[in-house]
Amino acid sequence: MTQAARQPVESFVQVLSDEEIDEIEHECAHLPDRQSAAIDAMMIVQKRRGWISDESLAAIARLLGMSVEALDSVATFYNLIFRQPVGRHVVMVCDSVSCYVMGADGLRTRIEEHLGIRTGETTEDDRFTLLPIVCLGACDRAPTLMIDEELIGPVDADNLEAVFSRFE
Amino acid sequence: MDYVRPLIGIIDAVGGRVGLDDYESHGGYDAARRAVTEMAPSDVIDLVKDANLRGRGGAGFPTGMKWSFVPQGPEVGLKYLVCNADEMEPGTFKDRYLITYNPHVLVEGMIIGAHAIGAEQGYVFLRGEYHEPGAELERAIADAYAKGLLGQGIFGTETNFDLRIHRSGGRYICGEETALLNALEGKRAQPRQKPPFPPASGAWGRPTIVNNVETFCNVPGIVRNGAEWYHDLGATDDAGTKLYGVSGRVNKPGLWELPIGTTVREIIDEHAGGMQDGYKLRGFLPGGASTDFLVEEHLDLAMDYGTIQAAGSRMGTGTMIIMDDSICPVDMCRNLEHFFAQESCGFCTPCREGLPWVESLLIDILEGRGEEGDLDILARNAQFIGGPTNTFCLHAPGAMEPLQSALKYFREDFEHYIQHGTRAPAPG
Ligand SMILES: Cc1cc2nc3c(=O)[nH]c(=O)nc-3n(C[C@H](O)[C@H](O)[C@H](O)COP(=O)(O)O)c2cc1C
Ligand code: SF4
Ligand code: FES
Repeated sequence: MTQAARQPVESFVQVLSDEEIDEIEHECAHLPDRQSAAIDAMMIVQKRRGWISDESLAAIARLLGMSVEALDSVATFYNLIFRQPVGRHVVMVCDSVSCYVMGADGLRTRIEEHLGIRTGETTEDDRFTLLPIVCLGACDRAPTLMIDEELIGPVDADNLEAVFSRFE
Repeated sequence: MDYVRPLIGIIDAVGGRVGLDDYESHGGYDAARRAVTEMAPSDVIDLVKDANLRGRGGAGFPTGMKWSFVPQGPEVGLKYLVCNADEMEPGTFKDRYLITYNPHVLVEGMIIGAHAIGAEQGYVFLRGEYHEPGAELERAIADAYAKGLLGQGIFGTETNFDLRIHRSGGRYICGEETALLNALEGKRAQPRQKPPFPPASGAWGRPTIVNNVETFCNVPGIVRNGAEWYHDLGATDDAGTKLYGVSGRVNKPGLWELPIGTTVREIIDEHAGGMQDGYKLRGFLPGGASTDFLVEEHLDLAMDYGTIQAAGSRMGTGTMIIMDDSICPVDMCRNLEHFFAQESCGFCTPCREGLPWVESLLIDILEGRGEEGDLDILARNAQFIGGPTNTFCLHAPGAMEPLQSALKYFREDFEHYIQHGTRAPAPG
């Protein structure tokens, strides 16, 4: 058990910043019930913290009036909600069919070599986490990848330094 | 040849992303104004029916008919209008383009749709990875609010329409319309039992219409120019234009708005610039990963709903993926089935257990462990998992479409692997 989880129940909410709470409340105000904001709330917190820790999860669940288990079952369903820490930049390489046709499998291997990690891992300096992603909706630019919020494609496997050097 | 392009022609006309001023100076929002101030909801529905607009999200359901299923009258209460902008079908890249470059045509289409069904609240269910399109849409919605095109009392009438974006947490199954409603409600995106269908009971138990981005984008043109004009845009029996796309080893992969029913050959050869030097076309998925393979003999077919279906596939999203002769069909099926196995929501057994099993059998075959009889097993499973009533939603049947057609058209590639443990030499 971590530090925060041992604190009294009332203080769970204080794990979240006022800004986060405001933004979540703003979503709730536009929805018929608070639980409907579950995904939005997790995305709001993840945007600032990179991932959803057990403490964040418990705090969001309490704020929305849900059980932690119910919220975690939602969290683990979705690809874009991270329940483990990630590096400063998340690299998502498209492995769907158009990118496959344009050489995505080879590209992934080259990226793994370049970063020195396997897909699913984070570099030792916490700079990059490498994940697979399904079709990014830019198949005319295959093969594609996304770093944080930026879509890149077609990616030149022979010039990966140019792709990654912009992300410190 | 110059075509009428009501969806994206304006993008060329203004030379890039279309803002509110550009949009209005080309007659934008006139159709919504007319619909809201001059037309009864039932007139709008009849017009969309007469126009024969069919859903562009993949299934091709008649839009006007769908809208007519929504209960009308003051006693009905809250209703919702939802735009399906999840676009996760592999090989599909049309809605991203529309939202990024011409977001107001979507907003205008939704205003008209909301008036038609009597919804005061709308949501755009947007893929979580669509950051750039999301920013453009957000700005378009804010601009529309600032001009009184959205919100309370739009166009100086009693009509209200609020529009918000929901960003998805990301799963392919969110695109299935009842799973989408669960996701919108903050739940796991599992498909719902049907009936009741969403027009009767959808988001939060209220009557709800879900339409694809491209479907909504067709509506302003129909209201502005009429049903006959819309019919005449089509090259065959279907009406309107279609965003067609081509990806793979062609010279100019891309997206074009063309008369619906343009032939596959014209799309690939003229618009996509033909195959790259040194590559030959072996097959293609006409409208995304969940459509059956077609081959060279189908190149002269019209890309419309009926013609492609008669050939044993589906027009789907209309964005085709080319399999060239450097690609092994068995391995391409492995890639496709990996996607479907991974994206199963896990609710029903044939899909949750069957798809990973199919993927692993394909891997066995590719790694030289294939056995006599494996192809029959694959074919039987394609039939069983793909049977439309054996699973809770159409994810599993969609998953089997490319496999069953690959077994038909590229059988020798599978057999070569089983007999020799290696890839068949490239044809021709
Ligand atoms: C597994 C699955 C995924 C789907 N994904 C999408 C999607 O991403 N976008 C979409 O518009 N429709 C998708 N659909 C189709 C929707 O269920 C629904 O038919 C469509 O949104 C209705 O809109 P339309 O009538 O305007 O085409 C999907 C269907 C299934 C079974
Ligand atoms: S067919 Fe697959 S995706 Fe659809 S409900 Fe069943 S398990 Fe879920
Ligand atoms: S398949 Fe990679 S972007 Fe579509």
